[in-house]
Amino acid sequence: MSRLIFDLILRATWETAQMVLISGLVAVIGGLPLALVMVATRRDGLLPCPPVARLLGLVIDMLRAIPFIILLVILIPVTRMIVGTSLGTTAAIVPLSLAAIPYFARIAEVSLREVDPALVDAVRTMGGTRWMIVRHVLIPEALPGLVAGLTVTLITLTGASAMAGAVGAGGLGDVAIRYGYQRFNTEIMTLVVLVLIVFVALLQTIGNAISNHLRHT
Amino acid sequence: MDVALVQVSNISRSFGGHLALDDISFTVAQGEILGVIGRSGAGKSSLLRCLGALDRPDTGHIMIEGHDLTTLPLSQLIGLRRRIGFVFQHFNLLGSRTVAGNISLPLEIAGMPRARRAARITELLSLVGLSDHGHKWPAQLSGGQKQRVGIARALANAPALLLCDEATSALDPETTTSILDLLARINRELGLTIIMITHEMDVIRRIATHLVVLDHGRVVENGPTLDILGADARSPVTQALLSETQPQVPPAIRARLADTDCAGARIVIRLRMGGAAAGQPVLSTLGRRFGVDATILAGGTSEIAGQPFTDMIVCLSDYPAEIRDFLHGLDPSLKVLGYVPADL
Repeated sequence: MSRLIFDLILRATWETAQMVLISGLVAVIGGLPLALVMVATRRDGLLPCPPVARLLGLVIDMLRAIPFIILLVILIPVTRMIVGTSLGTTAAIVPLSLAAIPYFARIAEVSLREVDPALVDAVRTMGGTRWMIVRHVLIPEALPGLVAGLTVTLITLTGASAMAGAVGAGGLGDVAIRYGYQRFNTEIMTLVVLVLIVFVALLQTIGNAISNHLRHT
Repeated sequence: MDVALVQVSNISRSFGGHLALDDISFTVAQGEILGVIGRSGAGKSSLLRCLGALDRPDTGHIMIEGHDLTTLPLSQLIGLRRRIGFVFQHFNLLGSRTVAGNISLPLEIAGMPRARRAARITELLSLVGLSDHGHKWPAQLSGGQKQRVGIARALANAPALLLCDEATSALDPETTTSILDLLARINRELGLTIIMITHEMDVIRRIATHLVVLDHGRVVENGPTLDILGADARSPVTQALLSETQPQVPPAIRARLADTDCAGARIVIRLRMGGAAAGQPVLSTLGRRFGVDATILAGGTSEIAGQPFTDMIVCLSDYPAEIRDFLHGLDPSLKVLGYVPADL
């Protein structure tokens, strides 16, 4: 492998990592509160208000229904407004985050919903407020599931970031398309796929390890 | 004595047209252990949720330490809940916290500073006999140990009242005994008032000083345990619940039990004695003073609420008037169950 190709792939891997990790972080910051609101406003939730739960669920599902490649294009003006350009790695983070927020929100909602309601009751009997229940019961008890959900989200983002490469986002997907696909360079294509496999396997392994560690069994 | 810590007056609660609690009233004095027993669906859980301020009755009042649970606004209810400790059937420990962390939670909720928390946790762990287990995770403990953590957690904020919801129902008999002993010790040493909800008469017999029997949302029996268990049970529900733990005529003998006396037959009686009478050498007196043979077919002397109580089925070779008078003096509710042939 030439030095040139090595540098190209190294740079692209770093760009992919940046896109995935930053939009993953935004997904947690934006998605977890949404998930909490959805769980809390359910009929048997901490702050029952079923219309809110239904409306939020609907909006989230609508966002999830839009194909990522379309979202990418629709968001170009928004992206330009936020980061000043619609090209490059930083610009790709905007549509990636917006796709990841509802995705993670749904996964997080499932994890939060699976927390034993008896534990919520236990903390209510101690005189815990709603906020204490969220902080001491819902989030810590759902944490192993939330970490597993974040792992799935990051891996999905890895795939989506390759698609973002199609509109000039950089990263491994961009390299695969421009060098591997358009120039019929099998060597680069194979290398990129191998790096992606290792990247995804690494994410999954780390995610599993953290999630299992948090289960305390 | 007899300061009413809890006063429940005429509470009713219905769920979707079904009356779960129907005009329930009773009081619990400071330092009592009240057992609330009933079959499933009798309203035990609904009552407990009302007592723990998790649910409000539709009508009626619940006074705890002079505060009315049914009219307090939510903000003050939260404060009052901290005065009530809850012990659950399935322990409900947080898997995300260690044993010490679980006990710490009610203290954190009550706003106790970190330094004082550590000392209090050590104290509580030693009270429930788990001094070396503070760093462990709940998943590493046995059922009995988990319940000890549950009890320590319930006691953390020095509550005025401890509510136990089927606290021993998920445990094996040996562990049940150790948990009941622990609760009795806490009641004795801390003077803590305990309300125990259970479907097991054995639990009531062992530690409850007072008893409420629920059936279809109504109170059918209410009073000191010894009075209710010692006397002839008034309601069929109580009788059914009692029969689980009461001595029964062995099946082989029951098959030959006749209602009428005939020559040479032996008589089978049921003898129940509480208090001082329970300590008397009744059987040897029968032999020496009256010259009759007495055989125990079932039962014996056990403790109810810490007091000796004799409940047994005895077969006598003869039953003249003077024996009847002697035994009636000890047990006014003495019952003749029937007669069996002498060759038995």
